[in-house]
Amino acid sequence: MSQKDSFVKFEKVDKSYDGEVLVVKDLNLDVPKGEFLTMLGPSGSGKTTVLMMLAGFETPTNGEIYLDGNPISSIPPNKRGIGMVFQNYALFPHMTVKENLAFPLEVRKMQQSEIDKKVSNALAMVELQDFGNRMPLQLSGGQQQRVALARSLVFEPRLVLMDEPLGALDKNLREQMQYEIKHIHERIGITVVYVTHDQSEALTMSNRIAVFNDGKIQQISSPDILYEKPNSSFVAQFIGENNQLKGKVKSIKGDNCVVTTESGDDVQALKINVNNSGDGSLVSLRPERVAINSSESFENNFDAKVKELIYLGDHIRSRVEVCGNDQFIVKIPNSHKGANLKEGATVKLSWKASDSRALDLN
Amino acid sequence: MSQVQSSAGPILTTDGIPLKVSLKKAERKNKIRAFLLVLPLLAFIVITFLIPIGDMLARSIDDRQINTVFPKTFEIYKKWDRKGLPSEEVYKTMFFELKESEGYSIGKASTRMNYSKSGWKSLLKKSKRKFKKIEEGPYKEKMIAVDKKWGDPEYWLALGQMVDPTTMGYYLNAVDLKYDSNKNIVQQKENRRIYNKTWIKTFKVSILVTLFCLLLGYPISYLLATLPMKYSNLLMICVLLPFWTSLLVRTVAWMVMLQQKGVFNNLMVMAGLIADENRWQLMYNQTAVIIVMTQILLPFMVLPLYSVMKTISPTYMRAALNLGASPLHAFYKIYMPNSIPGVSAGCLLVFILAIGYYITPELVGGKDGQMVGNWIAYHLKTTLNWGLCAALGAILLAMMTALYWAYNKIVGIENIKLG
Repeated sequence: MSQKDSFVKFEKVDKSYDGEVLVVKDLNLDVPKGEFLTMLGPSGSGKTTVLMMLAGFETPTNGEIYLDGNPISSIPPNKRGIGMVFQNYALFPHMTVKENLAFPLEVRKMQQSEIDKKVSNALAMVELQDFGNRMPLQLSGGQQQRVALARSLVFEPRLVLMDEPLGALDKNLREQMQYEIKHIHERIGITVVYVTHDQSEALTMSNRIAVFNDGKIQQISSPDILYEKPNSSFVAQFIGENNQLKGKVKSIKGDNCVVTTESGDDVQALKINVNNSGDGSLVSLRPERVAINSSESFENNFDAKVKELIYLGDHIRSRVEVCGNDQFIVKIPNSHKGANLKEGATVKLSWKASDSRALDLN
Repeated sequence: MSQVQSSAGPILTTDGIPLKVSLKKAERKNKIRAFLLVLPLLAFIVITFLIPIGDMLARSIDDRQINTVFPKTFEIYKKWDRKGLPSEEVYKTMFFELKESEGYSIGKASTRMNYSKSGWKSLLKKSKRKFKKIEEGPYKEKMIAVDKKWGDPEYWLALGQMVDPTTMGYYLNAVDLKYDSNKNIVQQKENRRIYNKTWIKTFKVSILVTLFCLLLGYPISYLLATLPMKYSNLLMICVLLPFWTSLLVRTVAWMVMLQQKGVFNNLMVMAGLIADENRWQLMYNQTAVIIVMTQILLPFMVLPLYSVMKTISPTYMRAALNLGASPLHAFYKIYMPNSIPGVSAGCLLVFILAIGYYITPELVGGKDGQMVGNWIAYHLKTTLNWGLCAALGAILLAMMTALYWAYNKIVGIENIKLG
């Protein structure tokens, strides 16, 4: 592996706290310079542990972490020069906003004039110029979040880590902050490793997303690939909404296969990680790729019974029963055409074989 | 804003009653309920705490005792020009009031008179006995014949201090001062100056005990606050265990530990660190008081410290390290300032408890380790000079109030955290 395109590199990293359970298993990961990488996963999947090892608060049980080509396992956290935004911001409550921002510069023994300049630049970056003399607790959650962000960037680290930084904010503010962080990242071109369990946050912000489960990276790729081409049923379920049809592989032909569901219907699908006919499989399909009463013809056509309609403003979410699955979701755009569906009606569903992916049974 | 409101009149409820009146009515029931809930405790505190304290403060300046035993004498005494000896009339009134008074009240009055001039007590006792035989005047000569102290102007002048119903005499005594016979404030005789030394000693011991408690308590509290629950609970029990043991038992245990033939000295001799004949004198002196009081008061430091440290999020330290501070710098700049409320609460608590301590100095202090509390107990039980007790106690109370005030000014009492 050439060092120049991996700024951060995890090599065969294992981590165990108690010597019995591995929290992180054989992690190999490369993060190129300037990338915004998100580690996404349910709680307990090991993503925060990976971040803590990178920051230096936890030591890998096995393997080595490299930063810019140098092993860093033996470097204490205060010498790593990595910025970090903590989950609850960790702003020092006895210092003003300015003092908080000046802290990393003061420990680096910078000149007072330079400190003042950098602090006011950092405040301007997060648009809090007038709040420098406030105490952190006098700020709103969103403002505190921005101060924490500014503090992690003010000493110009090579790498910034963010540990669920938006978890404590309400929905609107969270979305606004997502864009702000994304824009700051684009502007200063810093490398960011971001941890979250919120998939929409990951999709919005990242260049690449690593989906963690059970201490392992399940899939690492760009948001669109991850969403459209999940390669395991865990990833398919975890990212976005997903319809699943359970069945057995009937036949395999090249990249395609046929899966027979429990109700006896044959579904045409892409062969992703099933190998032999007779294997169990979950066919994964995004709700928005299903056409309802369409005149076009696709490989898969089935009759379905409408069970429930939920009005969501921009679209109508309809739960239908098809191929033995009564939790099958179809999204109908709220145009004048779609609104006249009735519960109990029978409709025709159709979708392409290339949109349905035959995955493992999980 | 207020102008707009006042011109529009008070805000009314839907029914037309002024809002404030309506609100008061609605809250009244709650207020009465709250008051009834605290009433028993309030009554208890007033009867057992506030009234006695008021009584004590009154006693420290009260000087009516003698005026009630010799009221007529003092009426005439006030007219005396304080030169030479008083007139025959003063002697005569004194004679009859003494002769006719009851032994009990004479006892109390003579005790008080003895504080201003020693000798009064025996004089009155002797005179009361002998006056029975005297039937008629002139009383001046006959009284002087009974005891020539009656002819000493010093004794008569000393009574001048007691003319007023109140006196500062007890307070003066409490700081080694006194009134001379002309009511000027002068120093006590060299050999009777004991209280200033005791005050200084009390302060010294209290400050040292507070300091040692802080030095010993801070690290253990830090450990308690940062260890995982299962270890910290065990450690907490170790801290609290002595707290649940009787104070007396602990003090006596220390006596066993520290005396010359005690456990500590034996160990030192056994280890060959000190010679058998040079055993350390660790008991019955100030050192003993400081050691034992530090151990006894330590939980009062640990508990407020712990409760504050528990609230300091460990991510503060992580953040400081992450921002490039060395662990020591991070501790000094981030952790310590956040633990100040606990430090000040603990120090205030330990100091206030230490300054009035009594049992421990009494048992392990010997002659050298006596504190103000011990003098109060001595005067309360032995000399029965309750006025002086009250004055010493009042000074102690004033000092603590001053300390609290200063603390509030400097640190702010809202920064205190006891849990």
